[in-house]
Amino acid sequence: MTDPAWIDATLAAARPQAVAALLRYFRDLDAAEEAFQDACLRALRNWPEKGPPRDPTAWLILVGRNAAIDASRRQGRYQALPPEELLSDLEDAETDLAERLDGSHYRDDVLRLLFICCHPDLPATQQIALALRVISGLSVKQIAKAFLVSEAAMEQRITRAKARVAGGDAPFETPGPVERAERLAAVAAMIYLVFNEGYSASGAAAEARGHLCDEAIRLARLLLRLFSAEPEIMGLTALMLLQHARSPARFDADGAAILLDDQDRSLWRKRMIDEGLALIDKAMWRRRPGPYQVQAAIAALHARAARPEDTDWAEIDQLYATLERMQPSPVVTLNRAVAVSKVHGPEAALAMIEPLEPRLGGYFHFHGARGAFLLGLGRPDEARLAFDRAIALAGTAAEATHIRQHLDRLSRENAARV
Amino acid sequence: MLYAILCYHDEDTVCAWSQEHNDKVMADLGAVEDKLAKAGRLGPVARLMPTTAATTLRKDREPPLVLDGPFAETKEQLLGFFVIECVDLDQAIETAKELGVANPGGSYEIRPMMLMRPSALPA
Repeated sequence: MTDPAWIDATLAAARPQAVAALLRYFRDLDAAEEAFQDACLRALRNWPEKGPPRDPTAWLILVGRNAAIDASRRQGRYQALPPEELLSDLEDAETDLAERLDGSHYRDDVLRLLFICCHPDLPATQQIALALRVISGLSVKQIAKAFLVSEAAMEQRITRAKARVAGGDAPFETPGPVERAERLAAVAAMIYLVFNEGYSASGAAAEARGHLCDEAIRLARLLLRLFSAEPEIMGLTALMLLQHARSPARFDADGAAILLDDQDRSLWRKRMIDEGLALIDKAMWRRRPGPYQVQAAIAALHARAARPEDTDWAEIDQLYATLERMQPSPVVTLNRAVAVSKVHGPEAALAMIEPLEPRLGGYFHFHGARGAFLLGLGRPDEARLAFDRAIALAGTAAEATHIRQHLDRLSRENAARV
Repeated sequence: MLYAILCYHDEDTVCAWSQEHNDKVMADLGAVEDKLAKAGRLGPVARLMPTTAATTLRKDREPPLVLDGPFAETKEQLLGFFVIECVDLDQAIETAKELGVANPGGSYEIRPMMLMRPSALPA
């Protein structure tokens, strides 16, 4: 019971709720974080001896709050803190607080904390860094490693983000239904950003950033428990689970990306897929579709196909058409074209993406897909040009390697013909 | 007598487990289960998905009401169960303690079973 791994997991799990409640109390992010930190130190001293409290989250909030108050009283006259065992009626106060925490304002506490991290003034990278630091409690060192920057640079980035947030008008009033929905949407987008930061990493960075995907899933689950009737939050959670399930199969030993069709599906994590499928099934039962649900439904069709040739591309085409209507974007159309090429052939797919050239001309995936369609149509020279442009635009070594494989195959086929 | 050992734990904590920790807990539990199976005392074992995947049917009204989430909002959630043959409560508590060493944290509710139909599903 006093196993340090257990205490660590408990502190990590309690963190979002505890920091959120302390933030409501202190109305200052730094003060809330410090109070939580203080409470954690006391937990590490106390719990191994006395056993864990009945409600660890409430204990941390209460002790964090008391410690901060003591600290402010103590300023100027160094006086020893009373040990926790002397804090009167801690048990009763804990129960009392836990009961109040079950009230609805508690979920608004957590939503507020998450919402503060996606302040519209903050660029995406700062939102992610702030969320990872404040909500997930990752160390500056861990975050710096994930973003491939120095610890000092990351420290500065987070400090700046906090200053920006503190200068803003943090929303402490209880939100109305419309506001709450808006906050929820902003927070969902931020969580998906955190996920994609981890998911898009490759090679050495993939290892350092892999836990960002786990973290995003954990945050989504937390949000879903607080807002259990929101199909879009179910969809977001399902989407991330279904995508992350493929992680063990996405890169080869050299760190090069492996396309969905070529992945060893036996490596996909079954437990995550099962949970993702259960969640998207549950979300769609509510008949209130949204972009996350549609994307999760697409991921579910891939997950359900035991072999690539079992994939229901016609249904995927339909789902992308739905997504195009909900969220028109050339990138969605480009993705749809891949499904179209499987259902109606590369000619239809090429016709679908040609009009996107002005907007996607600088996009790696556009030229990669175009090259593949041209290759399918037996136009190798044009395909080669498209692949060359894709390589020039590749953002990661894995992307470039993947395209190079196409080019190598073209060269081999060419050589065979000569 | 058959006993159900119902596993309650804070699912936030369980979801915060690292993959390695999760694998270790499952392996440690597996070792205890193997021992029980060899002794012919192990019945069905289940691990449940998080309560976020749960749906509740309130059937005390007509038509029944379908709600998202678990039946009750509690600090610790029902996350799985074991069915185990024990001679008496004393042995049931001993067995639960052994399982608890493999998976510390949370609580086990030990409930004697009234009925168990054999499963027609493949294991």
